[in-house]
Amino acid sequence: MKSVSSPVVKATAKAPTGIAGFDDITGGGLPCGRTTLLVGGPGSGKTILALQFLVHGAQACKEPGIFVAFEEASKRIEANAESFGWKLDELRRRKKLFFVDAQPVPDRVQSGDFDLGGMLAALEAQAREMGARRIVFDALNIVLALLPDAAAKRREIYRLHEWLLARELTGLITLQAGGDEAGAGSQKPFGFMQFMVDCAVILNHSVVQGVSQRNLRVQKYRGSSFDEDEAPFLIGKSGLEVAVARTPGRVDAKVSHERVSSGVERLDTMLGGGYYRGASVLITGSPGTAKTTLSGAFAEAACRRGERTLFVSFDSEYTEVIRNLASVGIQLNPYMKNGCLHMIPARTITGSAEIYLWRIKTLAKEHGARCLVIDPVYTWSKSGNEATAHSVVERLIDWSKADGITLLCTSLLDEMSGRTEGGSPLQISALADTWIHLNHLVQAGERNRGMSIIKSRGTAHSNQVRELILSDAGVTLTDTYTAGGEVLMGTLRWQKESADRVADEVDEVAEKLKRVRLDAEEAELEVRVKSLQVELEAKQAEKALLVRTMESRAGDLSRDRTRMGELRGADAAIPEPK
Amino acid sequence: MKRPNPFKFRLYVAGDAPNSAQALANLRTLCRVHLPDRHQIEVVDVFREPKRALADRVFLTPTLVKLAPGATQIIVGTLSHTQTVLWALGLETLAP
Repeated sequence: MKSVSSPVVKATAKAPTGIAGFDDITGGGLPCGRTTLLVGGPGSGKTILALQFLVHGAQACKEPGIFVAFEEASKRIEANAESFGWKLDELRRRKKLFFVDAQPVPDRVQSGDFDLGGMLAALEAQAREMGARRIVFDALNIVLALLPDAAAKRREIYRLHEWLLARELTGLITLQAGGDEAGAGSQKPFGFMQFMVDCAVILNHSVVQGVSQRNLRVQKYRGSSFDEDEAPFLIGKSGLEVAVARTPGRVDAKVSHERVSSGVERLDTMLGGGYYRGASVLITGSPGTAKTTLSGAFAEAACRRGERTLFVSFDSEYTEVIRNLASVGIQLNPYMKNGCLHMIPARTITGSAEIYLWRIKTLAKEHGARCLVIDPVYTWSKSGNEATAHSVVERLIDWSKADGITLLCTSLLDEMSGRTEGGSPLQISALADTWIHLNHLVQAGERNRGMSIIKSRGTAHSNQVRELILSDAGVTLTDTYTAGGEVLMGTLRWQKESADRVADEVDEVAEKLKRVRLDAEEAELEVRVKSLQVELEAKQAEKALLVRTMESRAGDLSRDRTRMGELRGADAAIPEPK
Repeated sequence: MKRPNPFKFRLYVAGDAPNSAQALANLRTLCRVHLPDRHQIEVVDVFREPKRALADRVFLTPTLVKLAPGATQIIVGTLSHTQTVLWALGLETLAP
């Protein structure tokens, strides 16, 4: 049991409902020990919200509760709530939850005044016995309708309110609105109640463009701040789920520096290593620009890393997607078989954008997905209210980011052509971390695919347009050429490439020729050098011979002269007369 | 003279709340006038026996339950409109 020291403290104390979004909006739940009014039309979810409030109190807050059913037999309410997995039976057995059938007896006769004193006395005893802290009066309008006049209605509402306050029970009173009591006169007691209670919540169930939309709004909350906007909600597998546009303190908690491959090698390079883990990637382009192919490549790469992946296919059956992707070398079948990849055709989902988001979230959670592909995301804008659909995409991105799921969405941009690049139909281009745009370039009678990265947060990405080529070998990106200010793709690119190749070959041959010629010249010179060398040696030899001959002749002459002198007996002192 | 089929009443009251006190007085008067010697009145005070009110699914006070003769009949209120009460009890022919 909740111990509360004084009524002053109680003004700010909250009784959590366990409905995540609702507790966010109200800053923690319903006012503790006070009365809350829940108004809504038929089928707007009042009973479920009320019951969920009690179940959560009983299960999580040690606050047993009493459900007073004026409209439906409690057996039926319990049966209807069976599918939410709340284990009402067990709660009832453990005396944490008590149902009171208080539908008016149909063949009852009325004579004179009466009041709710009996009911309150009975409830008081029950509350005391089980230590109840919460109580729901479901469809109080039914019992109020029995009262003869407005004064009696007011008196009983006041009695009930005082009773709740005196017992410090957290009360939730639901009222049907918009049904047959639409008359201004009968609305009066409701209006009075709205002034009296501390908190008032309005549920709205409407159909926008043929799609069911549920909205919830907190009208007043005494002594507490609250989110005043309408919030979409849906009735999911475990009860009400209220969508809050931006959960405070969300996101950015897990900023990853890890990169995950896009499945296309060249694209990874362009992105500086791939997408960031947990990033939201948007691929836009007109039909047939290979958006699905890039999604498939990403999914395949994720599965190859062993990361569980969910692929939501809106446009075509996933079997077709698998077949079509196989033609460009993307094999998803093996991963479908080993359970790593889960593909769902979104045609099986019907309903509002809220339902889509909820289904996708649930499936991703069940599958333990680390990567999520939604192809394409724009379909959501068709699902009822576009404003709501936008907030759904926003929440999809927030949620995937908070969970560290790398999200890849595709979106059609053809209706945007002519307008600025400002935004895709859901304005997710502003929210996405990485935005890749694909387009067709018609040139020289051909339609080719161009790819460019418009933005990629936190990455110094390439600013160049690349040509995206699909072949049975897979997805490749190739450089494009610019000529005369035009980007060349396809055949023109091929021609340009061929021309370049020929020019390269010519250059190469010319170089070779030149080299050969130089080699020849060099060789010739070398030969000449050699012959001159030989000639030089011959001349040197000749010269040496000459020198030697001259020396020997000079020696002979001097010897002869000496011999002659001896023979003549010439006096050495007498010079030779001339 | 006692008839073979007496009227058995059970009146649920909320203590001595005005509506309840009035209902009891009205019932006694009605029985004295229209059903002399052929009625039994059991008064259940839901303040004293709240569990019983819960079990019997009595949430509006005062509530009169005619247990016999014939089918059970429930009349809610102070029983101020005698004609209505007599009609509900199948006694309208006895009305003056």
